[in-house]
Amino acid sequence: MTAYSMDNSLGGEADVILTSHVKGFYYGPFLALRNIEMKIFKNRITAFIGPSGCGKSTLLRCFNRMNDFVKGARLEGQILFNGRNIFDASVDAVTLRRQIGMVFQKPNPFAKTIYENIAYGPRINGYKGDMDELVEQSLRRAALWDEVKDKLKKPGTSLSGGQQQRLCIARAIAVQPEVVLMDEPCSALDPISTRRIEDLMQELRDLYTIVIVTHNMQQASRVSDMTAFFNVEMREGSRTGELVEYAPTTTIFQSPQKEATQAYVGGRFG
Amino acid sequence: MGEVVWARAVLMLIRKGVDCGLTTAVTLASVIALVPLFSILLYVTYKGLGTVLTGGLSIFTELPPPPMVEGGGLGPAIVGTLIVVSIGAAISIPIGIMSAIYLSEFSAGEPIAYWIRFFTNVLAGVPSIIAGVFSFGLIVLTTKTFSAVAGGAALSVLMVPVITLATEEALRLVPQDMRQAAYGLGSTSLQTVTKVVLPTALPTIVTGITLAIARAAGETAPLIFTALFSQFYLPFDTEGPGALFNQPIASLSVLIYNFALVPFENQQKMAWAASLVLLGMVLISSIIARTATRRNM
Repeated sequence: MTAYSMDNSLGGEADVILTSHVKGFYYGPFLALRNIEMKIFKNRITAFIGPSGCGKSTLLRCFNRMNDFVKGARLEGQILFNGRNIFDASVDAVTLRRQIGMVFQKPNPFAKTIYENIAYGPRINGYKGDMDELVEQSLRRAALWDEVKDKLKKPGTSLSGGQQQRLCIARAIAVQPEVVLMDEPCSALDPISTRRIEDLMQELRDLYTIVIVTHNMQQASRVSDMTAFFNVEMREGSRTGELVEYAPTTTIFQSPQKEATQAYVGGRFG
Repeated sequence: MGEVVWARAVLMLIRKGVDCGLTTAVTLASVIALVPLFSILLYVTYKGLGTVLTGGLSIFTELPPPPMVEGGGLGPAIVGTLIVVSIGAAISIPIGIMSAIYLSEFSAGEPIAYWIRFFTNVLAGVPSIIAGVFSFGLIVLTTKTFSAVAGGAALSVLMVPVITLATEEALRLVPQDMRQAAYGLGSTSLQTVTKVVLPTALPTIVTGITLAIARAAGETAPLIFTALFSQFYLPFDTEGPGALFNQPIASLSVLIYNFALVPFENQQKMAWAASLVLLGMVLISSIIARTATRRNM
C-alpha cells in the first residue's frame, strides 16, 4: 500500500480517525478479508467500491463491531478508533456504536412515530437536553424537517422510501456520533431520492466523518473525497477480499495506479 | 372451418362450467365452516337470553339458585372465572413471553432451543384434563385443599404453550433490519428487545394472549378437581387474600357442567344463561384486545 498524503481537492492535512490493521477476517473457516491497511480521515467522505463479495461491507461492519452478531465471525489484527483498538477487552461495543453510527442498505425505521424514531437513540443514551430541539435539529440536518414537521406523530413507515432513508440518517446523527457508516444507503432508492441523499452527505461532511459502501461508481466519484477499491481473490475455493488501491477519489478515477482498478472504474468488469 | 368454431365454443362452455362449479364449491365450503359458529351463537342466545333478560342485573350478582327456586344468578361464577383466569394469566404471560424471547432472540443455533420448541408443541397438545391432574398432584395434594390458585395453575399449563408459540411467531415477524438499527444506535440487548422488538410485535402478542385467555376461560376439565366449585363468593372479608389459596371457587364453565346434568329446570336455565355470559365475555375481550392494539399501529 502506498501511503497518500491528504492534499486532495479539499486541501490541507486531515486527522486520522480510524485506522485498519486487519490481518484477516473470518466467517467460520472462510477468510473473507485479508491485509487491510488503511486510514480513514476525519471530516472526509470515504467510499468503498468493488465487485460483490469483495468484503467492503464486511470491513464497514468491523468499524462499529456489527459483525459481533455474526456467529463464527473472527478478526485478526486491530482497528484503531481515535488511536484505541476497538477490539480491546476494555472497549464496550455498545458505547462504540454510539460513537460510530450506521445507516443500512434498506431504510429500516422503527415501528414508531417519526418523532420517536429520532428520540429513541438519544433517550437510550440518557440525553438530558431539550428533546424537541434535538429532534428538530436532527431532522433539519437530514434535510427532512420541512417535509415532516407537521406529521411528527405519524408512523415513520408512512414516509416514502427516500424520506425513510433520510429519517434513518436523522436517527443516526441524533446520537451525535463522530463517524457515520453507510452501507449502500441508496441502493433501494430512485435516482431523485439518491441525489438528495448525496447532497445531504456533502452538507454533513463538516460535522461527521462518513464512510460509504457503494456499488455505484458514479456515486463514489460524485460524493467522496477518498476512494478505496476492493477486489475479490479466489484462493483455495474461497473468495477473499483485498484492498487493491486507496487514494483520493480523483486519483482513483482519473489515474489509477493498479491495473485492476483501471479495469473496474473503466467498466471492464464488476 | 365451422367445426373449429364449434369445438372452441364447446371448450369455452366446459371451462365456464368448471369455473362456476369450483367457485360454488369453495364458497359453499367456507359457508359450511361458519355454520357451527353461528349455530352455537344463535342456539345459546335463543336458550339463554330469556333467563338473562328476566334476571336482569341480578344474574350478574346473585348466588346460583337451589333446585326448584326461581331467580338467582351467576355472581360467584363470573367473579370466579375472572379470578382463576387472571391467576392463570399472571403465571403464564411472563413465562410464555420470556421463553419466546429466549427462543426468538437469544437461542440461535442452540440445540436446547429445538427441544424447548418441541416440548412446547407437545404441551400445546396435552389434553386439558391432564393439566388438571398435574395441578391436582402438585398443589391440591400439597395444600390439601381445592383453591383458585390450583385452578389458575392448571389453566396456566394450557396457556403457556399458546402464549409462547404465538409470541415467538410475533417476534420472528419483526424484521431483522430493525434489530440491526437498534444495535447500530448503541442499544444493549435488553433495550433492543424491550424498546424495539417487543413494542413492534405487541399487537400480535396481545392477540395470542387473548386467544390463550379465551381458551382457558372456557375450560372445565382442569378446574373440576382443582378449583372445584362453590355456591358462594370467596370469603375475602374473613380470610383476606388467603381465600385464593384455601377455598374452592366457582367458575362459569364448571357451573354449566354441574347445572346441565341436573334434572331441575331452573338450574338448567341457569346453565344456558351461563353459557351465554361466558360466550359474551370471551367475545368482548377478543374485540377489545384487537381494537385496542390496532389503534397503536
